[in-house]
Amino acid sequence: MATGRGFYRSLVGKKIVMGVTGLIWVGFVVGHAAGNLLVFRGPEALNSYSHFLKSTGELLWIVRAVLVVALVLHVIAAVQVTRQSRAARPVGYAKQEHQAATFASRTMRWGGALLLVFIVLHILHFTTGTVRPAGSFSTTDVYANMVTSFRIWWVAFFYVTSMAALGFHLFHGAWSSVRSIGVSPVSADPLKKKVSLGLALFLWLAFTAIPVAIFAGLIG
Amino acid sequence: MNLTLHVWRQAGPDAPGKMVRYEANDISPDMSFLEMLDVVNERLTAEGETPIAFDHDCREGICGACGLMINGIAHGPEKGTATCQLHMRSFSDGAAIYIEPWRARAFPVIRDLAVDRSSLDRIIQAGGFITAATGGSQDANAILVPKENVDDAMDSAACIGCGACAAACPNASASLFTAAKITHLGLLPQGQPERYRRALSMVGRMDLEGFGSCTLHGECQEACPKEISIDTITRMNRDFLRASVTGGRE
Ligand code: HEM
Ligand code: FES
Repeated sequence: MATGRGFYRSLVGKKIVMGVTGLIWVGFVVGHAAGNLLVFRGPEALNSYSHFLKSTGELLWIVRAVLVVALVLHVIAAVQVTRQSRAARPVGYAKQEHQAATFASRTMRWGGALLLVFIVLHILHFTTGTVRPAGSFSTTDVYANMVTSFRIWWVAFFYVTSMAALGFHLFHGAWSSVRSIGVSPVSADPLKKKVSLGLALFLWLAFTAIPVAIFAGLIG
Repeated sequence: MNLTLHVWRQAGPDAPGKMVRYEANDISPDMSFLEMLDVVNERLTAEGETPIAFDHDCREGICGACGLMINGIAHGPEKGTATCQLHMRSFSDGAAIYIEPWRARAFPVIRDLAVDRSSLDRIIQAGGFITAATGGSQDANAILVPKENVDDAMDSAACIGCGACAAACPNASASLFTAAKITHLGLLPQGQPERYRRALSMVGRMDLEGFGSCTLHGECQEACPKEISIDTITRMNRDFLRASVTGGRE
């Protein structure tokens, strides 16, 4: 019956996969934001946190593997549902007025594409040190890597822009994912997104504060 | 009141179509939108032109036959209202009104504003029913149903199958339509035996018909003349997920 491939072959199955994988990333991103905020407590706090993460060995690799698999599934499903949805309306309207769709919901695709570019560059920048906008890179001094990078205006700008995209993606996504998976409770006003607004604001503020504070010379 | 209409005209399923401009003069604000089109059609007929084709039947908001994209909004500017129940007082004198058919691969144009919505019928045929035993009807109170379930089932059963949800959806997804039926039957005792098989086959049929994927924009809920909630989509996905795990058997 519709187990396995049959499940994934349907659009609802694909959306459930997107919801689950998206939520896995939401969990990671929340933890990541909280950890990064340690930069405001100085080099010691941030560097020892980073050292602790790297000391977890296998666990770190398991988490990384889960995140990579989740991202790959999320992106593949995103491309597939987008293509099917485009094909579902070969002739468009001369006029269409949105009644409920938000800026966030309408930019899931382009915003998601920007996030993919960001994730790749971000890993090459801070994790592997392959891309070095500031010229130098230290495997032990994460604090210095942050400060030297975010003093460069276009690096700070790229991060600030990408984090705005993350905020929008999750304002819609954190709300829609629980509905796609079918675990959201019945609601008198389903379009209200209070929890996801709070989550998106927290993540956006936390991730934006770091490059902005460093660029403005408030820390470092 | 006097209006300028921009109407999609298309001679047949494979003919090319285009927006054509018409003047609708001396329209009473108490007319329904369809009566306004009737007036225009009478004039077109008198002038020897082919009248504008559009679907309609009950004209009292209960059959689901009518359905037009009016100024970019499915069923027009009035919330919770089918096209036949929309009145011209909702427009201002001198207004320009764009009238288009539902647009979706699964709703091919038959002529002008009339589209073929049999894709929705096939979704219902895939499982939107209960296989009831025939015979004398049971005593009404023999099967007890919790009040909340009755309310939610009735709200979902209000679907008239007009297709505005798929027409308004930026992805041309028929999720609200399919979910309304799955919710209606899934909340009632009579719907239980086939509940999970129903979710699998109706969702499968919806894809086969060429509808798009749900992004939960919420456009369908706003367009629905019966104001059916997108909570039904959450229920549909939940039933589908569970059915996928159990293979449709409980
Ligand atoms: C930090 C990384 C990311 C997180 C936390 C995330 C999270 C989410 C969540 C929670 C959803 C809602 C899923 C649902 O409604 O069921 C979602 C939807 C979506 N995501 Fe992501 N995502 C991320 C990256 C990406 C990337 C890299 C792409 C594309 C390349 C992408 C494309 C999409 C699209 C297109 C949707 C909407 C699908 C639809 O409903 O039509 N996302 N995302
Ligand atoms: S004509 Fe029956 S609902 Fe509009």
